[in-house]
Amino acid sequence: MSALAAAVRRRKTGGSLVWHFAALAVLAVVLYPAVWLIGGSFKPSDDVIGSLDLFPGDPITDNYTGLKEGIADVSIATFFGNSLYLAIGSVIGVLISSSLTAYAFARVRFAGRNIFFTLMIGTLLLPYHVLLIPQYVLFQKLGWINTYTPLLIGKYLAIDAFFVFLMVQFIRALPKELDEAARIDGCGHARIYLSIVLPLCRPALITSAIFTFINAWNDFLGPLLYLNEPQQYTVSLGLKMFVDQEGVANYGGMIAMSLVALLPVLAFFLIFQRFLIDGMATSGLKG
Amino acid sequence: MTSPSSLKSAGPAAAPAAAGPPDRRAPRPPGLRARRRRENLAGYLFMSPWLCGFLLLTAGPMAVSLYLAFTDFNLFDSPKWIGLDNFSEMFGDARWRKSVEVTLLYVVLGTPLKLAAALGVALLLAQKRRGQAFYRAAFYAPSLVGASVSVAIVWKAIFSDDGPVDRAQRGLFGVDVGGWIGDPDWVLYSLVVLTVWQFGAPMVIFLAGLKQVPQELYEAAEVDGAGPWRRFWNITLPILSPVMFFNVLLETIHSFQIFASAYIVGGGAGGNACGPADGSLVYTCYLYVQGFENSRMGLASAMAWMLLLAVGLVTAVLFWSQRRWVHYEGGVGSR
Repeated sequence: MSALAAAVRRRKTGGSLVWHFAALAVLAVVLYPAVWLIGGSFKPSDDVIGSLDLFPGDPITDNYTGLKEGIADVSIATFFGNSLYLAIGSVIGVLISSSLTAYAFARVRFAGRNIFFTLMIGTLLLPYHVLLIPQYVLFQKLGWINTYTPLLIGKYLAIDAFFVFLMVQFIRALPKELDEAARIDGCGHARIYLSIVLPLCRPALITSAIFTFINAWNDFLGPLLYLNEPQQYTVSLGLKMFVDQEGVANYGGMIAMSLVALLPVLAFFLIFQRFLIDGMATSGLKG
Repeated sequence: MTSPSSLKSAGPAAAPAAAGPPDRRAPRPPGLRARRRRENLAGYLFMSPWLCGFLLLTAGPMAVSLYLAFTDFNLFDSPKWIGLDNFSEMFGDARWRKSVEVTLLYVVLGTPLKLAAALGVALLLAQKRRGQAFYRAAFYAPSLVGASVSVAIVWKAIFSDDGPVDRAQRGLFGVDVGGWIGDPDWVLYSLVVLTVWQFGAPMVIFLAGLKQVPQELYEAAEVDGAGPWRRFWNITLPILSPVMFFNVLLETIHSFQIFASAYIVGGGAGGNACGPADGSLVYTCYLYVQGFENSRMGLASAMAWMLLLAVGLVTAVLFWSQRRWVHYEGGVGSR
């Protein structure tokens, strides 16, 4: 009996060892680019590609101090300010418009609801590039090129169906008794939405907010199309301009700037990773 | 979240308080038709942001785009109707065919490899071990930053001449093919590696699906003498198939639309946005070049509609095929 238990335990520790070995191997591959990026940002430009060491023997901070000069006479802080403005504006828009729309789909019984819901789900699968040209033509006619409006307006009109869908799923899972009780008390939809559904939706709202922030921060195509003045550039565009103007000559600076550009996303991830991963997981399961 | 029991107790307690002002509930409840009209009004009001967005930014532009596909349009002069000329030009264009080839190769290689990695690692992480949550978070992180310009720059460096990958392949395998980035035949594979690196998002979805597999099934199968492979093939995969379907659908559609990483990774000096000898000329890159660099907006609209058709076709085939391999009986992932 004890021999059997010992064998089982031995088999378990053996399995555990293999498991940790495998997980660490995957981790090494996944983290390699990040470690390379961090190490490279402290190397002189010639060594970023040339040297094999992950971390330089004697690290320098010139790459970071050099960023103070900015890119093409625009300071890094300007790019960060622009990106922040866009990201926060996007978050506010998505939270308001998606939660209102989701409430309609999840809690109001109106004519045509199913048709509109199906259309909304359909836009989830629609390639954005079909809309690229006509939207550009529209915004150009409206005189919105070189403004942030084309990048923000869609967020205030619930164009990201993913977040509407996420919130619909979440609201549907809330107990109906709450609404019914509120209705008996004479509450209309506006009150139910504001004082019951919205507060209970907090997890879905947080997930949507973080994803929206990160997507807006990373967005490249939108700013590339609509922003032409370096003063208006987001961090992504500024980084691309850096590559085009200095390129290999200032490899160290480019690498340092790449890392700095990722910091807000990484910070969000470290703080909110549970919300992100859970939000991601539910989206797939209920699909 | 509030538990159902506390909700029930809140209901009756709150009711008398609200019943205080009698005039609110005294009038006869409005008729059914009036109530239905009020619901309709509320529904459309709440939905109005999305409905405006759908009409102005999705449906309307789609119709315009369809029209533009049959015109010659450079944004400043008014569109000229030219029938199917854009399409015949497109099909006759060697660069367009190259972009289709590049994109299909990217989709066909990248998506299955990424999903295989996602499933494999999800099976690994499904075992409850110490550090599981940490690994899950670490593996998910690339999905958040993978499409950024920063990561594209890192990729370009890692796969360049004398970069780490070049040195590794020389050191380990003795092959001297140079960096992948500068090689027309290899640059696309660096993008495939980049998408596989982002296996974390589908992995998280697989993990959530794996949690729903009833353990009794495994125990019963083990009693019946089914080995691990049989159990995986006959229990895990069928129960996971709805989640698999979701992942295949979304990842395939996303793959067709790769832009930023290809634009940066392939972009050399001198405005060549498409890699050496068009080696990483993905479809959307060529669409961007035609529409916004060459001001061929009609042609680009035609290209966009071909992309839509391709994605629509893939979606239709996937939905049609799901009868054969997706099992909804288990109740997991059912709509």
